[in-house]
Amino acid sequence: MTKSAVGRIGVDIGGTFTDTALELSGRLYSSKVLTTYAAPEQAILDGIRLVLAAAGVGPEAVGGVIHGTTLVTNALIARRGARTAFVTTEGFRDVIEMRRENRFEQYDLDLVLPAPLIPRADRFTLAERMGAHGEVLKALDEAEVEALAARLKAGGYESIAVGFLHSYANGAHEQRAGEILRAALPGVAVSLSSAVSPRMREFDRFNTVCANAYVQPMVEGYLKRLAGRLAGIGLSCPVFMMHSGGGLISVEDAALFPVRLLESGPAGGAIFAARYGKAHGLDRVLSFDMGGTTAKICLIEDQRPKAADTFEVARTYRFKKGSGMPISIPVIEMVEIGAGGGSIAHVDVMRQIRVGPESAGSEPGPAAYQRGGTRPTVTDANLLLGRLDPDAFAGGSIALSVPNAQEAMREHVAAPLALPEDQAAVGICEVVDENMANAARAHAVENGRDLSGYTMIAFGGGAPIHACRVGEKLGVGTILVPPGAGVGSAIGFLATPFGYETVRSSHLRLEKAKAAALQAVVDEMKREAVAFVARGAGDAAPEFSLRAFMRYVGQGWEIPVDLPDAPFAADCAARLRARFEEEYERLFGRVIAGQSVEIVSWSVRAATPEPEVPRAAPPPATSPAPVAGTRRIFDARARGFVEAQVVERAAMAPGAVAEGPAVIVEAETSTIVTSAFQAVMQTDGTLRLDRRAKAAGTPFGTTSREAV
Amino acid sequence: MHPLSEVDFQILWNRLIAVVEEQAQTLVRTAFSTSVREAGDLSAGIFEAGGRMLAQAVTGTPGHVNAMAEAVAHFIADIGPQNIFEGDVYITNDPWKGTGHLHDITVVTPSFRAGRLVGFFACTAHVVDIGGRGFGPDGREVFEEGLRIPIMKLAERGTVDEGLIRIVRANVRTPQQTVGDIFSLAACNEVGHRRLMETMDEFRLDDLDALAGFIFARSREATRACLKGLPRGRFENEMQIDGYDAPVMLKVALDMGDGTIRADFSGTSPQSPFGVNVPLVYTRAYACYGLKCALAPMVPNNAASLEAFEVSAPPGSILNALDPAPVAIRHVIGHMVPDLVLGALHKCLPERIPAEGAGALWNIHISARRLPGANAAGPDGAEILMFNSGGTGARATLDGMSATAFPSGVHTMSVEATEQVGPIVVWRKELRPDSGGDGRRRGGLGQTIEIGAADGYDFHFNAMFDRVDNPARGRDGGADGAPGRVTLDDGTKLKGKGRQHVPAGRRLRLDLPGGGGFGPPSERDGAARAHDIAAGYVSPSPAGRDER
Repeated sequence: MTKSAVGRIGVDIGGTFTDTALELSGRLYSSKVLTTYAAPEQAILDGIRLVLAAAGVGPEAVGGVIHGTTLVTNALIARRGARTAFVTTEGFRDVIEMRRENRFEQYDLDLVLPAPLIPRADRFTLAERMGAHGEVLKALDEAEVEALAARLKAGGYESIAVGFLHSYANGAHEQRAGEILRAALPGVAVSLSSAVSPRMREFDRFNTVCANAYVQPMVEGYLKRLAGRLAGIGLSCPVFMMHSGGGLISVEDAALFPVRLLESGPAGGAIFAARYGKAHGLDRVLSFDMGGTTAKICLIEDQRPKAADTFEVARTYRFKKGSGMPISIPVIEMVEIGAGGGSIAHVDVMRQIRVGPESAGSEPGPAAYQRGGTRPTVTDANLLLGRLDPDAFAGGSIALSVPNAQEAMREHVAAPLALPEDQAAVGICEVVDENMANAARAHAVENGRDLSGYTMIAFGGGAPIHACRVGEKLGVGTILVPPGAGVGSAIGFLATPFGYETVRSSHLRLEKAKAAALQAVVDEMKREAVAFVARGAGDAAPEFSLRAFMRYVGQGWEIPVDLPDAPFAADCAARLRARFEEEYERLFGRVIAGQSVEIVSWSVRAATPEPEVPRAAPPPATSPAPVAGTRRIFDARARGFVEAQVVERAAMAPGAVAEGPAVIVEAETSTIVTSAFQAVMQTDGTLRLDRRAKAAGTPFGTTSREAV
Repeated sequence: MHPLSEVDFQILWNRLIAVVEEQAQTLVRTAFSTSVREAGDLSAGIFEAGGRMLAQAVTGTPGHVNAMAEAVAHFIADIGPQNIFEGDVYITNDPWKGTGHLHDITVVTPSFRAGRLVGFFACTAHVVDIGGRGFGPDGREVFEEGLRIPIMKLAERGTVDEGLIRIVRANVRTPQQTVGDIFSLAACNEVGHRRLMETMDEFRLDDLDALAGFIFARSREATRACLKGLPRGRFENEMQIDGYDAPVMLKVALDMGDGTIRADFSGTSPQSPFGVNVPLVYTRAYACYGLKCALAPMVPNNAASLEAFEVSAPPGSILNALDPAPVAIRHVIGHMVPDLVLGALHKCLPERIPAEGAGALWNIHISARRLPGANAAGPDGAEILMFNSGGTGARATLDGMSATAFPSGVHTMSVEATEQVGPIVVWRKELRPDSGGDGRRRGGLGQTIEIGAADGYDFHFNAMFDRVDNPARGRDGGADGAPGRVTLDDGTKLKGKGRQHVPAGRRLRLDLPGGGGFGPPSERDGAARAHDIAAGYVSPSPAGRDER
C-alpha cells in the first residue's frame, strides 16, 4: 500500500455517521452513511461501495483500508462487553470500585458514582506481593492460581484481566499467573496490566487492563467478521487500525490491545488538522472539531498533535472530570465538552442560559428537524439567526422548520427571560461559543500556552459555523476550514504513519542517573515499539521520539519533557535537568533552584516517516468571490442583524475573497464569516479566514454594515 | 461604550467563574504540598473592590468557602485602604482571619486597572509544614502549632519582603516547599489578574461595579427562590463525637425564616485543651456548605448567595474556639458540622437528607525511620501523608457511597505512589464488609487499611480519627454504621487521636467507619440484599456480621 498510484480508503465509524474517504491518484472521494449499530461492518461496506462508485473503480484499485472506530468507547459507555473476571493482589480487591474516594460533584447529595466495570463478585485475589522497587515481598503460590483457574472455568468467564500491585516495576507474577490461567482456560482471553499499561498508579492501570479484557472478545470477533466481509466484496488488501495515539497498528495487535482503539476517530481528526497545518506551514495550531453532540479541541505544535499518557472515557455526569474511567495509554490529548449542534438549551435557577451537555442527538433531533424535538438546540438558534438555510441543511436532506425552532425558543428560553426570540438565540450561541472558548483557554493554560498566536483549523459539521466567533473570543487571528472538513477524521487516517508508543514507569532521582541504566530502559522500549511498527510497515526504518515525564521531588504531577534520540552520556543528569527546567519554566514561569529532580516514567514512540505533505502554494492575486445572493444573519460583534453575502464554496477559485459578513455554503456545512473576518480561497481548496485589522479592538463598535 | 446586555452579563459571570477555575488549576499544577496537589485542599476566588466575593472555584475544600469570603474584608481593614498599591501582595495564616489553622496560607492580590483598584484575587492552600509541633492535635496553644503570619504585605509595589521570607525559611521544616507554595499562591493570583484584564479589555469595562450588581442581584434572588416555601420554625439536632480525650457534644438550632436560615450552635461543648478546636470561620463554612447542598446546590458561591445563611456559636465553645486555642486539626470536628445541620434540616424536610456518614477524613501522618543498626537500602526516614475515607450515609432513595469523602471533596492517593515516597508497605486497602448501616437503603461501606514498615524500619503515626466511639447514626429506623477501630494486627487497641508507635514487624490496622442506613431494614428490597451478599458487601451469616 505504499505505492501512491494505488487507492487507499479511510473509514471512521462515529456515533451517528460512518464516514468513508477514498484517496486515488491525488483525488478524494467521500461518503457519509448512518452508523449501523447492530453490525457496524455493514455501514463500512455501504460507504466503500459509494466511494468506489463515485471514483468509477473496482475493489482492485484499493491497496489498503485504514479503520478507526468509536465501537470500543461505545462498548464501555453502554457496558456491552464480555463476562470478565479481574484477578488482583490480596488486600486490593476494591481498587477499581473505591476509585479516588472523592465526589466529582461537590454539591449533589444524591450523587451516583459510576459502577466499577467488573463487579465485586467477579473480582478475585491471590496472595502475592511485589514491593515498590520490584522486589518480591510475597511469592506467588502457583497452587492457589490453579485453584482459582478452576473456579474461573466453572464461572463461565469469557475474558480475564490480571492486575497486581507494582507490576509495572516487576511483571513476573502477572506473567506466571497469566501462563497458568491461559493453560487452564483455553479460548479465554487473558490481559495483563504489565503488558497493557505498565504505569505506576494502580487505579488507572487496573481500570485500563479491565477495560481491555472487557472489550477484547467483542473487538476480536468484529475484526474477524470485517476482514471476511471485505474479502467478500473483493477487498483482500491489508486492513490497519487507527489507535488513540495517532498511529496505525496491525489488526492482530489491535485484537490483543483493543483499549488502544479508544478515541481513534477524534485522533484521526487531529491528524487531519496537523496535515493542513503542515501544508500551510503553521507551527501552532488549535484544532476545533464540532459535531452534533460534542466539541473536541486539541493543540498541535510543530505539526504534531499534543500527546498525553492518560485520559478518561465514559463520563457519567455531564462530561465532568472524574466521573468516567481513567485509561492509561498514550493518546492524543483533547478536551471534549458537551457542545454540539444538538446540545439542548435551558434556563436554570439563576435565570442563566445553559447549553448542553444533554443533546437531542439525531432522534428526536433539534426542534427544527420536525421529528418530535420540542426543546431548543444550538442548531435551532443558528437557524433563527440566519446562519443556516432552512431549505439546504445537510445538502437539503433535512428540511428545517423556522416556526418549530421559534416555538421551542419562545417556550424554553425567551419567555422565562423576557427576551425577544432572536436575543434568546443570540444568548444560546454566545453561551455555547463561550463554553468552547473557555475550554480551549483552560486547556492552553494547563499547557502553559497563550492562544493568541495560534491558527484555528475548524472541521466537523458545526465548527465552520462557530469558528469565527470562538476565534474572536480567543483572540485568534486566522482560521482555516480545509476541504472535506465534514469527513475530516477519515481523511486524517490516510495521513497517519505506522506508529506505536510504549510508556513505562521507571522511577529515578536525577542525581542517581547512570547513562548505561537509562540506555537499557530506553533500548528495551525501542525494541518493543519497533515490533508493533514492523507488523504493519515491514522493514521501513522507523524514527524514534523519546520523552521523559519529570518533576521536582515532592511534587505530585510530572511534566512531559521531549529529549533528543541520542545515546546517554556521562553528563546525562545535567542535560536532563537542563531540559526539564526549560520546560518547567515555559509551563509555570519560573524554576526552583536547588530542588532535586526525578524521572517518573518514559515514553518511546517509533513511527514510519510521515507522508510528505506538499506545501500549499500562495493564492494568486485576489478577486471578489461570485455572490449567489444575500441573507440576513446575526453578527455578535455588530450586535445586530446584518445583510450577509451568500457565496458557493465550489464557485470560489483560488484567490477569491469573501468579506464578512458572509455565508459560504457547501453540502456538508456552512462557513459563517463574521464582520471581523474576510475569507480567501487557497490553492489547495482550504478557506482561510483572517481577522481584518480595522475590526480588531472594537468589540462593541457598531459597524456601517449593521442593518437598519 | 455600548451598555452591557443581559447576555453580556451572563457571559461575563461565566467568564469570572472560568477565571477562578484557571487560577485554582494553576495552583494545583505548581504546588508542593500533597494536600494541594494530590488532594485538592485549596481555594481561589475573585472579589470586587469593596472586598465582597464575586466568584469562587469549586475545589476539594468546602471548608474554605465562606472562610475565604470573609478573609478579604479582614485584609482591607488591617492593611488600610490608603495603603493598597498596585503591585502589592498580602498574606496571612491567622486561623481566625484566614481559614482556621496555621497550615492554611491565604494570599490576596489587589487588581488595578489604569491606576484604579477594581478588585482582589485571593487563594488559600494547605502547606506541608509551618513549624511548631507539626500537623497533629497534641498542641496546647496555637503558639505550639507553628509560625503565625499576621495580615501583612508579602510584596509592596512589586518588591517582595525578603525579611518575611527569611523568617518563614527559618521557622519551618520544609523551607523550600513552604516558600515555594507561597510563591505559587502569589503566581496564581497573578494569572487571575491577567485574565481579568483581558476580559475587561474585550468587554471594554473600567470597573466591575455593574457586573457585581448583576451577580449579587441574581444570586440573592435565586437563593431566596430556593429557600422560599420551606417550613418555618426552629429545628434542633445534637451529635456526640469522640473528641480528643473526652466525648464532645455538638448542638445546633436552625431558625428558618422567610428567605434566611440562622444556625446557632449554643449548647455545644466548650473548647478542648487540644488542637481539635474549630474557629468560627471554619464552622460557618461547613454549616453553609451543608445547608447549601440540601437547599440551594445550583447557586454559585458569592457574597450574596451566602448572606442568607447566618451562623453563630458561643465564644469559647469548641465550634467558636478563641485565640490562642490550639486548632491544628480543626477539620476533624469541622467535618462533622454538615451532618449536624443536615440532621436538624431533616426534621422539617424528611426524605431529602441522608443519614449520617463517617464525616471526618481518616488522614494519617506517618513518620518512618530506620531501625538502629539496620542496613536497609532506603532513606533514613520519611514523612508520609495519606487521605482515607469511610462510608457516607444512605439517602432516601440510594445506598450510601462506600469509601467516599463527605463533606470534604479531597482525593485519596495511589498506594503505589505512596510506597514510592517512603519505606512502608500498605498490605490492605479495601472495602470493609458489614460496615454500612442496614436499612431500606444501606449506608456506604468503610474500608480496612493495614500498614507495616518496610524491613529495617519502624514508624510513628499521628492519629486524627473520629467515630471510634460514636458511630454514624441511621435515619428513620436505619441502623447505625459500624464504628471505626484503630488496632495493631495482634489486636492491641490504639487511640483515635495523637502520636503513637508501631513497632517493627507489626502492622497498623485501621477499620474506617461506615455510613448509617436509611429507613427500616425490613423494607430493604430482596434483590438488593441478595446482591449485597453476592458481592460480599454483607456477610451471608449474622455471625460474620457480629465480628465486624
